[in-house]
Amino acid sequence: MANKKWPETWQEVNLGCMVFSPGNASEYHTGSWRDRRPVYDNSKCIKCGICYIFCPEGCISQDADGYFVADLDYCKGCGICAHECWPGAITMLEEG
Amino acid sequence: MTKRAGMEIAFAAAEAVALCKPDVVAAYPITPNTHIPEHLSDIVADGRIDADFICVESEHSALSACCGASAAGARTFTATSSQGLLFMAEVMPIVSAMRLPVVMAIGNRALSGPINIWNDHSDIMSQRDTGWISVFASNGQEVVDMVIQAFKIAEHRDVLLPFNVNLDGFQLTHVVEPMLFPDQEEVDKFLPEYKPYATVHPDRVVSMGTLGMPEIFTEAMKAKDMALINSKKAILEVWREWEEQFGRRYGPIEAYRTEEANVLLLTVGSMGETAEVAVDELRKRKMPAGLLKLKLWRPFPSEELRKAVKGAKVLAVMDRAVSCGGSAGPVCAEVKSALYGEPDRPAIVNYIIGLGGRDVIAEDFIQIVEKAAKAEKEKPKEAYEIYGVRGS
Repeated sequence: MANKKWPETWQEVNLGCMVFSPGNASEYHTGSWRDRRPVYDNSKCIKCGICYIFCPEGCISQDADGYFVADLDYCKGCGICAHECWPGAITMLEEG
Repeated sequence: MTKRAGMEIAFAAAEAVALCKPDVVAAYPITPNTHIPEHLSDIVADGRIDADFICVESEHSALSACCGASAAGARTFTATSSQGLLFMAEVMPIVSAMRLPVVMAIGNRALSGPINIWNDHSDIMSQRDTGWISVFASNGQEVVDMVIQAFKIAEHRDVLLPFNVNLDGFQLTHVVEPMLFPDQEEVDKFLPEYKPYATVHPDRVVSMGTLGMPEIFTEAMKAKDMALINSKKAILEVWREWEEQFGRRYGPIEAYRTEEANVLLLTVGSMGETAEVAVDELRKRKMPAGLLKLKLWRPFPSEELRKAVKGAKVLAVMDRAVSCGGSAGPVCAEVKSALYGEPDRPAIVNYIIGLGGRDVIAEDFIQIVEKAAKAEKEKPKEAYEIYGVRGS
């Protein structure tokens, strides 16, 4: 079962659907739900970190130069970062 | 040494729980089950058992506390009635889905409204599909026995499911009866220490109560359903062990004077005792009537029912709840479904009786048997009859 995303049959379901490998929710890439992605214009970014604070998914982090990036494996494209970014450094671009 | 003592059955239920040495009891008072947790809180306060009694602010919290405590590896107990059970409803299927062996006593009471504190079965019937093992006691001794059996069955490695013991509000909870109480040594011999399958603990990390996506939910429900269906094997095994050790026999359906019976009554709960009196009287009058007392409600004993009704011409099923707008009372719907494929099944008639504390006396069953006997030749006009309703 280790390499499978979910059990094939009902007999393979863990008792009580218990999960014995905690933190494995990260194996599920919620980024696949996204229909638009945040695009950063670093020339406008003032590195305030408000996008990082407001991201409900916790998928935004700071890079070595102090700019912010969204991890597209988990970004659901909600657009809260773009809405909160007051210098207007983030635009939401429709996924092609 | 087994001790014989007379006491209120609710108190007896608490004494039986105490013999099982629970770790956590969480309950919120509601008539008519209140004396069960009330007496348990005395037992805990007196230091007779080493348990935590959690005074919660609601039934939702009571069952949630039991759920969490059970997940942490505690032997847990709660009790409720009526609206209290409805308030627990959100947590009911979660406890079974998490496969936690919580034991609950339900002092059965009508659901409001109109507001009514007296007995019927509408509370448990609303929760019948939540994945709990469910039994009905018909007297005080059965309450004591079934509570002790409940822990053993629920915690059985092949079961691991929550368990509710139903006792009729007032008719059982508030009645004083002489009962046999096994002593601590005997219960310890019967009921092993609870060894949880897994526990939430910082050193052995496990997630319980997880999300089930559409890709897994169907399989998870099938697994839960099969766990309940398969629990019957362990239930029968534990009942056999009980009989060996304590001499009292339990079965999914108890037959009373069913030999050569044309008309069979089927009852659930305490009215079975009253129906026995009626059957005795009818037999005296040379009317071949018999009685089936359904004890195991979930998992429903379809196979045993099919065997038990063999040879009968008419089966009169008593329901103590209305399935509003449905085709039968909840018990009868189940019975009809179980017998549908039988070529020689009896004619089935359904009486809804004893709602909201209305008395059910032996004479009622005599009249029902006489009425039901005609059903073999003449199909009743209505799918079910609310027996004794004024204005019919």
